[in-house]
Amino acid sequence: MRETQIQTPLARVRGLGSAKQGTEHWWMQRLTAILMVPLGLWVVAELWLLAMRGADHAALVDWLQGPVAATLLILFSGAMFFHLKLGLQVVIEDYVHHKPKKWALLIGLSLGCLIAGVACVYSVIAIALKG
Amino acid sequence: MAEFRLPKNSTVKPGKHHDAPSGAKKSRRFKIYRWNPDLAENPRTDTYDIDLAACGPMVLDALIKIKNEVDPTVTFRRSCREGICGSCAMNIDGTNTLACTKPIEEVHGEVRIYPLPHMPVVKDLVPDLNQFYAQYASIEPWLKSDTPAPANSERLQSPDDRAKLDGLYECILCACCSTACPSYWWNSDRYLGPAILLQAYRWLVDSRDEAKGERLDDLEDPFRLYRCHTIMNCTKTCPKGLNPAKAIAEIKKMMVLRR
Repeated sequence: MRETQIQTPLARVRGLGSAKQGTEHWWMQRLTAILMVPLGLWVVAELWLLAMRGADHAALVDWLQGPVAATLLILFSGAMFFHLKLGLQVVIEDYVHHKPKKWALLIGLSLGCLIAGVACVYSVIAIALKG
Repeated sequence: MAEFRLPKNSTVKPGKHHDAPSGAKKSRRFKIYRWNPDLAENPRTDTYDIDLAACGPMVLDALIKIKNEVDPTVTFRRSCREGICGSCAMNIDGTNTLACTKPIEEVHGEVRIYPLPHMPVVKDLVPDLNQFYAQYASIEPWLKSDTPAPANSERLQSPDDRAKLDGLYECILCACCSTACPSYWWNSDRYLGPAILLQAYRWLVDSRDEAKGERLDDLEDPFRLYRCHTIMNCTKTCPKGLNPAKAIAEIKKMMVLRR
């Protein structure tokens, strides 16, 4: 049910005014996308090579303990979950118009991506340092 | 959620049929969306068989013929009949365009005519464009300059700077592009849409304008500008052959450049 409103079209269009942001979001989405092209290819290629060699758990841990592999994997996890958050946020804003549902989803998305990202980074560090 | 289905009272039902006059040489069927706010009825599509041998070449010619000779209750906007006023923008054969510049011959089979998509309908083919015009007003589409114009002469503009307005000044605000944009369908309460953003860019690139910063401030918003997801329906449908998607991309570039 729509609540009744008597408002000029211009008042409705101006609304609460411009948020004066959005450029950072747009820029970071593209930056993370560019970063993930080489990193994504690298992750897939490395894992494919390991699989081709028939590597066992120890070989995988050994690979993860290399400084380059660990650094790039941390970068990849960070970029991926940040990009995921930015992208899905837009989908929710586009399609979910019921305000409580929208805010619940946006908060859930932000916290979920943050937790998942931190867990990924921690896992890589833990394996790299402890083995 | 965004509405993907028509509400029950908006489902389009089949309507009346009007036969071609006897002795018609080149009969063609027109299927037209009809809705009357005074009747508590669902919208319907009426069909009209028209003799193209006795009709002008454009879809608007057929609409006027139908209104004059067959059914005077058919309601639509039209004025210049040469693609410069933008009044007769409607959805013809699944594409938003101007009825006056759309040849009937380009449509294969039945000519289906609906109002511009996802706008409130006033009657039949007439959409309510109040919000669209308010959005246009909100970008303050006039030259803003603190420097007074030179006494007894015009504000000068180089031919190169004037050329930057080509592809922008031709926009007639028919709303074909905005109402073809899914992002505008779902979020037109906050997203300005391709037509208005092209107009905004028309003032942003005008070398004589001194309010670029304020203009960009007003546009920098996750919804007003950044709901454009480069779907490109705007550019595909524009009956004037303009490129609103490019204008929006240029605004986004300006936003990054001024950081």
